[in-house]
Amino acid sequence: MDISFLLNGEPVSLRDVRPTATLLDWLRDTRGLTGTKEGCNEGDCGACTVMVSDNTGTRTLNACILFLPQLQGLHVTTVEGLSAPDGTLHPVQQALIDHHGSQCGFCTPGFAVSMACAHLQGATDDDTQLAGNLCRCTGYAPIARAAETARNQAVPPHLRSLAKTLPAPPKSQKPDLTLSTFRPATADALAAWYAANPDATLIAGATDVGLWITKDFRALGKVAFLNGCSDLQGVVEGEKDIHIGSMTTIAAVESALRPHHPHLSDMLLRYGSTQVRNAATLGGNIANGSPIGDSPPALIALNATLHLRHGDTRRSLPLEDFFIAYGKQDRAPGEFVEAITLPRQLDTLRCYKLSKRFDQDISAVCGCMAITRDGDTITDARIAFGGMAGTPARAAHAEAKLVGQPFDASSFAAAAAALPQDFTPMTDMRASAAYRMQAAQNMILRYFHEADGAMTDLRQVTA
Amino acid sequence: MSVAKPLPHDAAALHVTGAARYVDDIPTPAGCLHLAFGLSAQAAGEITKLDVTAVRKAPGVVEVLTADELERDADCSPSNHDEPLLAVKNVHYAGQPLFMVIAKSHHAARFAARQAVVEIAATTPILTVEAALAADSRFEDGPRIYTKGDPDRALPDAPHRLQGQITLGGQEHFYLEGQAALSLPQEGGDMVVHSSTQHPTEIQHKVAHALGAPMHAVRVETRRMGGGFGGKESQGNALAIATALAAARTGRPCKMRYDRDDDMIVTGKRHDFRIDYDVGFDGTGRITALEFTHYTRCGWAMDLSLPVADRAMLHADNAYHLEHIRITSHRLRTNMQSATAFRGFGGPQGMMGIERVMDHIAQALGCDPLAVRRANYYADGDKSQTTPYAQPVKDCIINALTDKLEQSTGYAERRAAIAEWNAGQPILKRGIALTPVKFGISFTLTHLNQAGALVHVYQDGSVHLNHGGTEMGQGLFQKVAQIAADRFGVPVEAIKITATDTGKVPNTSATAASSGTDLNGMAVQIACDEIRERITAHLGERYQTRDITFAEGKVQVGGEVLSFAEAAQSAYENRISLSAAGFYKTPDIQWDRIKGAGQPFFYFAYGAACTEVVIDTLTGENRILRTDILHDAGASLNPAIDIGQIEGGYVQGAGWLTTEELVWDDAGVLRTHAPSTYKIPAFSDRPPVFNVALWDKPNPAQTVYRSKAVGEPPFMLGISAFMALSDAVSACGPGWGDLQAPATAEAVLAAVQRARA
Repeated sequence: MDISFLLNGEPVSLRDVRPTATLLDWLRDTRGLTGTKEGCNEGDCGACTVMVSDNTGTRTLNACILFLPQLQGLHVTTVEGLSAPDGTLHPVQQALIDHHGSQCGFCTPGFAVSMACAHLQGATDDDTQLAGNLCRCTGYAPIARAAETARNQAVPPHLRSLAKTLPAPPKSQKPDLTLSTFRPATADALAAWYAANPDATLIAGATDVGLWITKDFRALGKVAFLNGCSDLQGVVEGEKDIHIGSMTTIAAVESALRPHHPHLSDMLLRYGSTQVRNAATLGGNIANGSPIGDSPPALIALNATLHLRHGDTRRSLPLEDFFIAYGKQDRAPGEFVEAITLPRQLDTLRCYKLSKRFDQDISAVCGCMAITRDGDTITDARIAFGGMAGTPARAAHAEAKLVGQPFDASSFAAAAAALPQDFTPMTDMRASAAYRMQAAQNMILRYFHEADGAMTDLRQVTA
Repeated sequence: MSVAKPLPHDAAALHVTGAARYVDDIPTPAGCLHLAFGLSAQAAGEITKLDVTAVRKAPGVVEVLTADELERDADCSPSNHDEPLLAVKNVHYAGQPLFMVIAKSHHAARFAARQAVVEIAATTPILTVEAALAADSRFEDGPRIYTKGDPDRALPDAPHRLQGQITLGGQEHFYLEGQAALSLPQEGGDMVVHSSTQHPTEIQHKVAHALGAPMHAVRVETRRMGGGFGGKESQGNALAIATALAAARTGRPCKMRYDRDDDMIVTGKRHDFRIDYDVGFDGTGRITALEFTHYTRCGWAMDLSLPVADRAMLHADNAYHLEHIRITSHRLRTNMQSATAFRGFGGPQGMMGIERVMDHIAQALGCDPLAVRRANYYADGDKSQTTPYAQPVKDCIINALTDKLEQSTGYAERRAAIAEWNAGQPILKRGIALTPVKFGISFTLTHLNQAGALVHVYQDGSVHLNHGGTEMGQGLFQKVAQIAADRFGVPVEAIKITATDTGKVPNTSATAASSGTDLNGMAVQIACDEIRERITAHLGERYQTRDITFAEGKVQVGGEVLSFAEAAQSAYENRISLSAAGFYKTPDIQWDRIKGAGQPFFYFAYGAACTEVVIDTLTGENRILRTDILHDAGASLNPAIDIGQIEGGYVQGAGWLTTEELVWDDAGVLRTHAPSTYKIPAFSDRPPVFNVALWDKPNPAQTVYRSKAVGEPPFMLGISAFMALSDAVSACGPGWGDLQAPATAEAVLAAVQRARA
């Protein structure tokens, strides 16, 4: 596959690229740009953070799980591109020096890139912006001080128009159905090609598929990179529902849904990290069928509908019905997730994500609940959990204990008590079965306590 | 004066631009080959089949070596010669290297390493403390026992008595730069090795042994590590040996770096412990007698487990004067990664035992844990009190230091306010704790307390600085450069910091035990002074004066002022040697580790931390709200670097005791082998209010510029986070919460339930 993109302002054209070659390996091994580091090779440490720009803006991504074909037409800025051409350090670089923000220095390039990107965007929520960069030396305090100091300084001129010098995007293509590596520009092209090549692997954000390559050495065979399908991206607010294209990134979903379901958006800020959310897509999170993906339980609680497409044939089903069993979804070969729709509704959703670490951790349990009442009587309850079974699933018995009952402590206690009828969770490295059950039951109680006005969120407390 | 200034890390500008080179960044000569190990999936058993045919046939593979194909014994152990590079006949842990692949790329090597057909007749692995005790599987013949006073008589006589147990998890180092080595074959069979190691001399020693060559044939260079924390004291040996053997065999440069999962699966971690205690105390909480039993899982090989377990015993007292105490230590051999050095080197585990005892006593008496701690502190200025190993504690400042921190944090008022707040909260509970640290400084293996330096002054007045210490981010090179600059009265920019190199300074000790600056800084001072004295003597003769001073880049010679360069030039032209080796050994220490008596430590470093937390009693989730630290770095050589060590050490220590959980399954396979499953603190886990201050008084012991070691001691300030969680648990009910470490959300919720029971 042939690819063109910009690297630190310079055009790069590559011929016959191995589709699963990562940007990190190419930067380090081929280009000799060793400032971008490999810390984990799975997108969890941020040492390989790069900035990627297009006409929609600039964002950070993890280069270790970013395949070269995903970069077509984009502008990549590495740590080597942060300083001005005359060598003047970027304000975040100077601040990191002045505040002693580096010790061993290995995570530092990744931090510098994440900080420079936040600086470019004027973002001030450092806890969110830097959650995906691990440092083992400093305890983060000096890095936080550096980010604060750099805040009010101007963006260096050479970083002000990263997207404007891009080569023209490739024209829309008629799909060549015989291609083994395909980068469609439209959903129609994807549909035609995938129907003809149903054994292919679809690569959306590669935050999961990336690990199949870097950790498992899986041979993918035919692949399609979907990030060129702009018609699969975006959120459209209709009168009755909210339509989310499957290739909408989690970052975009987080901001688009915030006015409607702020608690869901708050939880999504703990989904992976900034770098991961900038790559990962909602469709990918659903289609891979993980029992511990964080978006499905929330979307199920919101009564979401999944829209699948095979060639020109489309069908829709309640999202909860998509997940049949562990590793098994209701998706035919050649069929792909085109969109998700959420009915417009009064927001009663609460999302409780439980993990060992607050940020950037996979949930042990993720409980999402939308409970509607009429006066003091509960009229509808949709409770869905991740991490409690082989699939994201509703808690039918718990829900049944709520519907028609008064909205009070005893109803919620009864619902919690019924939860063992819904789930038999497992023990793994994240949590024991007993703890999962107890925490899930307590999440149901939390919904009541929170509605009842009790302080239940650790983040509300300050020293 | 360049010392005592908060100058940036010497490589900061290289770090932030990505220009700092780590082993994997060094440009390699053409034809460089790459290595990977094939690993055992079983924890214990006999290898019945090791078929590497498919490995050999994999793309890009040059050669595959099993133990049978090595020409001579290749051993990686730093202590006991019990770690064959590649498994011989039997496997001892899941993750043990079975064979090595030499291939044309890193990826080709890693892929090929998965292609072997391995059959192992599995035996039941020894995984738990109980199983190891039952099988009497241990290092050394039996437990080590240190006793002071007569605990057997004092315990039954105590007015109050408690028994308890705490488990302490291990800890993955998670240095951001994984283990790496690059070996470059030289003429005549010599080898140059670039290694990410805290111990270049050990790498040299082990590589020379594996090559069957004298040490002089091997030169090891280490410019920097991307983090070490003890994890690169011995764990880099395997990669260095493997690449050197491959380089010798193929005649080509060979590089090896572990992928993160391999790194976590193959290498050793912090020792986990179970500590049982039986304590007698009076109504004020003053301990009258105490018995500790340490059980530690050392893993499959000895590595550094004996001195680690010793240091745990040596810190069983922490800052508390104990009259009658026995510490019994079982060093158990288990079928797991061989536990190794990790910042604190057993000290944190030992301290957690006594800090838990303080908490338990306070809970039993219904009083403030800080009052119990204070009731047991060593007295400041009382030189007669001794540790359980008979060393007088002559430099104690813990009472004055605690006073100051207690006041600056408003501890008492906040404690009262928290209690009031907790009374009105059904779901969330806050907790606060102030805990001390007293940490002994020196290698307990006395002969390691030596260091060398090599300093050259060139005729233009620029200075080449070299010493045996390694840079892993702790700022050692910067601090030592500041010392050198000060000795010559030149700006620190005049000093060229150079990579640690076994060809320049031989027979070095690991950069470990917090001793890097104490030892190497002093050796550098001695070398610089030697050269300065020669220049002084020369100028004194030339200008016929004794009035010669070096300051601000100038040399004042009587009434004349020379630049330092002119002084150097003059010395050179008069055939004065401008190169010197410095050597230093720590005075006044001696130690008998079998008896458990002597003076193992040159001095103690002190500190205290006050942490406030909040817990969620529905799930056990928790957050740190505020941390205040007052730490004793002596007369700081560089306050910015020292504060960096303190902040970083605290967060790392808190991580050990909270979110960092290692999980092995029932077959002995590590399930937490990547950052996706093993959770070190992230950015938002730092305390949102984080005040760190230095005690900043000169070390009474004659250390370099009267500074104190600062690498390890602050790690144990993190204990205050755990004790604050324990305090919050106590607010949930009258029962003993018995919080276990790591205090994951799950562990906290379990403790909440016990407190409520």
